[in-house]
Amino acid sequence: MPDSPKRRDFLGLAALWSAVAAMGTALAGVMRLPKPAVLPGPLRVFKLGDPSQFAVGSITRNEAGGFYLFREEQGFHAISSTCTHLGCVVAHNEGEGFACPCHGSRFSTDGSVVGGPAPAALPWLEIVVSPDGQLQVNAESQVPKGTRFRV
Amino acid sequence: MTPSKEFLENLKQAPRHVRESMLRNGKTPDTDRERSQSTFHNFFLHLQSVRVHRHSLSFGYTFGLGLILTASFVVLTLTGILLMVYYKPGVEQAYDSVKDIHYVVPAGRFIRNIHRWSAHLMVLAVFLHMARVFYTGSYKRPREFNWLVGLGLLVLTLGLSFTGYLLPWDQLAYWAVTIGSNIANSPREVTDAIGITAWFDPGRFQKQLLLGANYVGQEALIRFYVLHVAVLPLALTALMGVHFWRVRKDGGLSRDESRPAPPARIGEREVEVFAPSKTYGLMAVVRGRTPIVGRAPEGTVPSWPNLMWAEMAALMFTIAVTLALSYFFDAPLKEMANPAIPENPAKAPWYFLGLQELVSYSAFMGGVGVPAIVLMGLGLIPYLDRDPRGVGVWFGGAAGRKTFWQSLAFGLASVLALLAFTVNLGWLRTWFPTIPQIAIILLNPATVIVALYSAWSLWVLRRTASIRLSALALFTCFLAGFVVLTAMGSIFRGPNWQFYWWPSQWPIH
Repeated sequence: MPDSPKRRDFLGLAALWSAVAAMGTALAGVMRLPKPAVLPGPLRVFKLGDPSQFAVGSITRNEAGGFYLFREEQGFHAISSTCTHLGCVVAHNEGEGFACPCHGSRFSTDGSVVGGPAPAALPWLEIVVSPDGQLQVNAESQVPKGTRFRV
Repeated sequence: MTPSKEFLENLKQAPRHVRESMLRNGKTPDTDRERSQSTFHNFFLHLQSVRVHRHSLSFGYTFGLGLILTASFVVLTLTGILLMVYYKPGVEQAYDSVKDIHYVVPAGRFIRNIHRWSAHLMVLAVFLHMARVFYTGSYKRPREFNWLVGLGLLVLTLGLSFTGYLLPWDQLAYWAVTIGSNIANSPREVTDAIGITAWFDPGRFQKQLLLGANYVGQEALIRFYVLHVAVLPLALTALMGVHFWRVRKDGGLSRDESRPAPPARIGEREVEVFAPSKTYGLMAVVRGRTPIVGRAPEGTVPSWPNLMWAEMAALMFTIAVTLALSYFFDAPLKEMANPAIPENPAKAPWYFLGLQELVSYSAFMGGVGVPAIVLMGLGLIPYLDRDPRGVGVWFGGAAGRKTFWQSLAFGLASVLALLAFTVNLGWLRTWFPTIPQIAIILLNPATVIVALYSAWSLWVLRRTASIRLSALALFTCFLAGFVVLTAMGSIFRGPNWQFYWWPSQWPIH
């Protein structure tokens, strides 16, 4: 067969490509390292004390948790204060809603976007009562907008 | 001579011999023969070419920008190493250690100021250098690839600035990097809008790779530190080596080869320089002519000392400017990082404020989409504009100058008009609050300005039938846009990113 490659060429190419494959695999293995397997971070569960201490109509800011807790007639709800645009902390102005200081996003009182570049509404966070009777906000779990928590 | 006498004699002569062995020739050259000797025996000329075109040394052609860049990188490396002596990359210690450098360490504040000012100078020079290379047509064959290497250096320079910004761990640092890492996360905006985030989430991947966590914390600080002091400087040094090597191998700095060059000179004498007329094989391997055979070294002067003087001048200029700025203006250090309260307004360094203005329309388009389009466009320029004419001439001649002024006017007018419109009347969400996000991602002031500039460039292409002029129009427009957006972000945006004519009008908070 005149067209078949010479044995020397074949072995040379095979050696070259096996070296490339080995280096590629090694590189992929090494590059796996910077992608974290465990995401370190604080526990995002916040106990806020006895539910009865929040008067109807009160708004409580939790700085560490990054949310606002609202107590209304219908029950409790918590809205995240982390802007959905680029992660700044929004401020709540009573009656107007939320405003982001970084790029001017505006949210209504229920967290929906009303202006600025934010791509999504501020999430509502899950509220439960912990076994010791305290109000507890799970800041990593979201609930649908309008979900009220009754004690 | 007895062995002990020889020993003493050698000991006596040792300083002279050390000096002679170091300089190889032992003294400064006086004759042509010694000059050629110094050429062959000189480390400086191992790095540089032996002769350099007089044109390459003309200040009005290069403004010494490449040399200033190199010099500022040297200054940054030296001051950076000094800062590393005291800096501690931990969230508990970083802020205090920078404070110590600023207030306690002898000369610490001055060294930190120099580091900060030469970083600003380097970023400014990298943009100006790119503009110089573009407007003199120096990206054309055979220098196309070096243009790409230069783009890589631009990205690395900006990366170094960005990673360095976090290290003081003050409010400025924390919030700029929170915003930056969320820009890396912003492909989510698109994957969310088309509903595929659950399966395909490049944004989260990039953010976690950058921060090592979901929040800016200790993991992010150590990653930024490693990038800033090891990974990026090494990559920059390697790429700089390639860049310089290609400058030499591609025939030195670009010049107008159609114009006759003046005769070669040594000192004040005009000389006939030996020009190789013989054809010889390249390294005795290749048949054919070496790249320089047949091209006489007309218009050249010896690199030593002419080029050396230019390089020393650039180094001295860089050091003088950074020292003067560092003496009068201190690098800022705000309160320690506080994740609960953002700076208002939270601003990145000036060269990112154009981008910050764009992300205030859409995080993805402003932070990822438009920069990617611009970088790709810049990279494609030398491969789309293959017309070899006009190399080494500012704007390629009169037609280019005319296009430059027209494009500058168009670029400034359109971006100013668009900004005035947006500031006064708002954008889609102001008029249609329920509009889907994907519409805003696709149609926002950032994409509109890109479309306007591209349309202008295409119109110039149709009108002049010249790809070079059309590229010149596009580049000029983007330069105008960059300057206006940067000024907008730096000067005219106040608390809540609202428009103010003056910082003195900002409300007190």
